[in-house]
Amino acid sequence: MEIMNINQEDDIKKMEKISFQVRKNILSLVHKTKGPHVGSSFSCVEILVSLYFKFLNVSSKNPLDPRRDRFIFSKGHASPALYAVLYEGGFLTQDDLERFAVNGGVFQQHPDKDLSKGIEVSSGSLGHGLSVGAGMALASKRDGENHRVCVVISDGELNEGSIWEAVLFSAQHKLSNILLVIDYNKMQALGFTKDTLELDPLAAKFEAFGWGCREVDGHNFSTIIKVLEKVPFEKNKPSVIIAHTTKGKGVSFMENSLHWHYTCPNDEECRLALDELNNNMI
Amino acid sequence: MRQAFYNKLEQIAVKDKDVYILTANLGFKFFDNIRKNCPDQFIDVGVAEANMIGISSGLALSGKNVYCYSIIPFLTMRAYEQIRIDVAYHNLNVKLVGMGAGFTYGFEGYTHFGIEDMALMRAMPNMHVVVPDTIENAVKVAQLSYAYPFPLYIRLGRAGIKNRVGKDFGLEIGKGIILQEGKDIAIFAIGNMIEPALQASDILKSAGISATVINMHTLKPLDVELIKRCASSHKAVFSIEEHSIIGGLGSAISEVLAESSYGGVFRRIGIPETLDSKIIGTADYLWQAYGLDAGGIGKKIIGALEG
Repeated sequence: MEIMNINQEDDIKKMEKISFQVRKNILSLVHKTKGPHVGSSFSCVEILVSLYFKFLNVSSKNPLDPRRDRFIFSKGHASPALYAVLYEGGFLTQDDLERFAVNGGVFQQHPDKDLSKGIEVSSGSLGHGLSVGAGMALASKRDGENHRVCVVISDGELNEGSIWEAVLFSAQHKLSNILLVIDYNKMQALGFTKDTLELDPLAAKFEAFGWGCREVDGHNFSTIIKVLEKVPFEKNKPSVIIAHTTKGKGVSFMENSLHWHYTCPNDEECRLALDELNNNMI
Repeated sequence: MRQAFYNKLEQIAVKDKDVYILTANLGFKFFDNIRKNCPDQFIDVGVAEANMIGISSGLALSGKNVYCYSIIPFLTMRAYEQIRIDVAYHNLNVKLVGMGAGFTYGFEGYTHFGIEDMALMRAMPNMHVVVPDTIENAVKVAQLSYAYPFPLYIRLGRAGIKNRVGKDFGLEIGKGIILQEGKDIAIFAIGNMIEPALQASDILKSAGISATVINMHTLKPLDVELIKRCASSHKAVFSIEEHSIIGGLGSAISEVLAESSYGGVFRRIGIPETLDSKIIGTADYLWQAYGLDAGGIGKKIIGALEG
C-alpha cells in the first residue's frame, strides 16, 4: 500500500485522490446505514491517509507481522473513516464495506479488534487508546524491538482523565516510540470544546508534561508529511501532533456544524455532498 | 497471604521474562524482591488504576503475561470500564490481583472494603474469579494463574491464615473442594469465610447438625455440578461469603438452585446491602458485628433450620 516516494508532489496528488475516495466511501457508509459521526469521520481523513500511506509500517499482505507498527484508532466513533482508509490500503474488501452496520454484518459502528483486517484493538469508549498504546510501546522497548505505536484520538477524548494518566506515564517511561495524533476539530458531542472544557493552550500542556509537540494543519498533506518525517520530535520523549482540523471537512454545509456530529444526511443532502466532493476533485 | 503470593510470582517471573507485574502505587515492601530480581518486569504506574489496566492490555497484546495489583475497590471499581473493554472484551492474558476481601482492611474503613467486587467481576464476560483462602492456596493460585491464559480476578484476603485441616486437597480452578463430609446440611464458603465456616460446623456438630463444608474458591466458572450434587444429598444449603449478599457466591448458588428441582432450605450469609457507618473496628470485630464469625454463622444456620 506504500506510495512510491519519488516525487513529493505526485505523492500528494495521489493522497488527495485517495482522500476523495475515502470521503465518498464515508458518505456512502453513513448514508446507507443512517449512522452518526460523519463530521468526526471527515475531520480525520487526511490524518489517516498520511499515517497509512506515509508513516505506518503496516501491510495488508502481512497484517500479523510482529514487526508491524501498531495503530490504535481511539476515536472509534469515526469508524467509517478508518474502514474507508483500510479499504484503500487493501485491508478490507468491497464486500467488507457492504457489511458495515447491517444485521449479520462484519463491522459495527465502533471497531472490534481484528488483526487480519488491520484493526489492532477494539475502541469506542473514549480515553482508552493511549494507555493501551503505551503498554504496547513499553513492551516494544523492553523487548528491544523497533516497531512504533501510533494512536489517534479526538479532542473531546482529552476530557478523559485516563488520557492524562497515560500522558504522564508515556513521558515517565521515555516512550519515544509512541506517536499521538490529536484530531483537534474544536467540537465535541454537545458543543465547542472551548465551551465544554477548554483545552488551549494545548501544545503548552503537552510540552509541560514532557512530550515533544508539533502543530499542523490537519488537512494539508505537505505539512503533515513534513512533520511525520521528524518523528520522534525529541530524544527520549513521546511525540504528539496536534492536527488542527475542521469537523465535517470537505462538504461546506457540514463544516464546523454540530448538527453533523450525530445527524445522518438524507438522500438530498447526500447528493449535494457528493456533488461538492466531485466538483472539488475536478 | 499476599507476601506468599508474590514470593511465588517472583520465582515465576525470574524464569520467564514475559511475566510483568504492575501496581498502582500500592503494596509497600511486598514487591521488594521482585523489584530487585526482575526490575524490568515490574512497573509502578503511579496512582492511576485506569491507565494501569490499559497498559496491561497493551502489554498482553504484545505477548506478555501481566499481573495488576491494587486494593480491591480501586482495582475493580475505579477501572471497571477499562477492565471491561481493554482486558475482558479482548479476552487477554491479564490477572487482576485485588487485596482486601470484605472487611480485611478493618479500621481503614468503607473506601477500602471489598464488598461488591465479586458481583461486578462475575458479571463481566470472559472474566474468571478465584479466591484463595489460605497461604498455601494463594501460592497454588499464583502458580495456576501463570498458565491460565484468560482474564482472571484473584481476590486476596487476610494475612496469615494457614490450612488448619493439614491436608492438601489440591486446588484446581473451577472445582470446589469438599473439606469435610456431613449428612444434614451443605455449607459453601469462599475465601476468608472458609475458616469461620469450619469453626461454625464444630458448633453445629454439638447441636446435633452434621455439615458438609465446601471450599468454593472459584466463583467463576462455577462448579455447578458440585452444587447440584450437594443440594440433592442435603436438606439445607448455605452460602457464606465476606461480600455483599447481592451478586456474589450466594447469588451464584441461588441461580443454580432456582433453576434446578431443589426444594430444600437455602440461605445466603454475607454482608448486608447497607453497612452501619457507626460500626467501626478490626476485621474480627466487624465479622462479629455482622454475624460472620463462627458464632454468628452457627446462630444463623440454626435459626434457618428451625425456620
